Amino acid sequence: MTRYILLAVLAVVALIAPFFVYPILLMTILCFMVFASSFNLLLGYAGLLCFGHAMFFGAGAYIGGWLMKEGGLSIELAFLGAALAMAALGWVVGLISARRGGIQFAMITLAISQFIYFLLLRAPFTHGEDGLQRIPRSDLFGVVDVSSNLSLYYLVLAVSVAAIWFFYRIVHSPFGEVLRAIRDNEGRMESLGFVPERFKILALTLSAGLAGLAGAMKASVLQIATLHDLSFHVSGTIIFMALLGGLGTLAGPIVGAALVVLLTDHLAQFGEWALIIQGSVFLVVILFFRRGLVGELQAFLKRRVARA
Amino acid sequence: MGEYALEAQGLTKTFGGFNAVTDVNLKVRRGSIHALIGPNGAGKTTCFNLLTKTLTPTSGKVFLDGRDITRLRSAQVARQGLVRSFQISATFPHLTCLENVRVALQSNHGTAYKFWRSLKAVSALNERAHELLGQVGLGHQAHTPATELSYGKKRALEIATTLALDPKVMLLDEPTAGMGHEDIEPITDLIRKVSDGRTILIVEHNLSVVSSLCERITVLQHGEVLCEGAYAEVSNDPEVITAYMGGIDE
Repeated sequence: MTRYILLAVLAVVALIAPFFVYPILLMTILCFMVFASSFNLLLGYAGLLCFGHAMFFGAGAYIGGWLMKEGGLSIELAFLGAALAMAALGWVVGLISARRGGIQFAMITLAISQFIYFLLLRAPFTHGEDGLQRIPRSDLFGVVDVSSNLSLYYLVLAVSVAAIWFFYRIVHSPFGEVLRAIRDNEGRMESLGFVPERFKILALTLSAGLAGLAGAMKASVLQIATLHDLSFHVSGTIIFMALLGGLGTLAGPIVGAALVVLLTDHLAQFGEWALIIQGSVFLVVILFFRRGLVGELQAFLKRRVARA
Repeated sequence: MGEYALEAQGLTKTFGGFNAVTDVNLKVRRGSIHALIGPNGAGKTTCFNLLTKTLTPTSGKVFLDGRDITRLRSAQVARQGLVRSFQISATFPHLTCLENVRVALQSNHGTAYKFWRSLKAVSALNERAHELLGQVGLGHQAHTPATELSYGKKRALEIATTLALDPKVMLLDEPTAGMGHEDIEPITDLIRKVSDGRTILIVEHNLSVVSSLCERITVLQHGEVLCEGAYAEVSNDPEVITAYMGGIDE
């Protein structure tokens, strides 16, 4: 019951928020919430540390942006196209890397992301260092105008809610149960007749698709897609978001994404000090909130229930 | 169907020049409980890993119900009905007992890839999972995460998970290892109970467990079969006594 009340409150807040807060900032938060969830699917539920996760986000931004600017597609098709293209890339990355675990998986994904980075630096349609600029916000279904910040906000909100619901569905599906079992004990799953790579490849495909969607949304929000989006810096930021909020909890990385985006926004005025402050926050979380903010909160509530 | 459920012929495994297992021939009679014993480092666990294809043999062959399974992967071997347990407790710590067993039941259920379905798709398996948990005495702990179970109960959960595949042949790697006195008897009883209609090969250090459970015993030493027979024969074999106690003039 409390859950439904909480969801209702959240829904109201989300609907009226753009009247009080700058919509672009809110939409950036939503994009990173989806992106952080896709990362959580891999690390929190499949135990796969992807060190180059920004490749799906950044390349998704390029593809979504290109589809709207050069392809003249409507916005929902651009989102869909980016998600599908990134799912395909995730599948290929999975084929190459899924047999490896731990640090090897991390390094292979990092290497592939660097490769994609240079590919996009050199590709003719990306405009090199300049990136894709002045990406238009195409009409929804070719008819509904979403070029204003406010109307785009409601579209991005709807798509983000759908994406996070999809993430929730994956985690609480028969496949999600198998995935968590593989995370806990891969060898045992193999001895029970499962082929773990296949499940990891599927997880990577789904996660990459979600990250690609997040990237395409970001391209429509900021109307720009640059190499920065797929840089190692963004890959690192997403790890920070997930750990800050709490891995393997559904809401953790979502909360983490919101906090980090807000923190970055507020700290921008301090210039270079921003990174130092961010680093300190990270250190405190790692040392004192090992389960992340949401993870610690859940543990605290559980203890209180147990005592009562 | 032959007389033997599981058979190894000339099984050999070399790790960079070191022969861990040499020319092991093993025949496990259908429906029996067969023990593999031997001093530390005799190659028992390596043998196990070879039989379940966790390791690939350097040479030799493995047959399950007369079919050559030497070339299969371990997941395929499991699907053919040969399922193992592990020496170290092999549960899924962050899953509840029910989920531990249910995920194993999914192995033959065709839902494992369905990421778009809710867990209602596997609710049909809950009944069987509860039944298996009840069988190993975990009926009232279905919703406890495996990590919170005691050591003995983790082993019981592991057996329930293994049983979920309804294996024809079960390989148990030291099921009572590290267990306190009070846990050993329930596990021994459990193994006897679940052996009905199955073939079991068991690696075990505790000789009283072996003598009470097993019809036939194979003794390994230095990666080779030292002797084979019933408990009474094996335990009186001078070579076995020497292997375990150490020779007087050594």
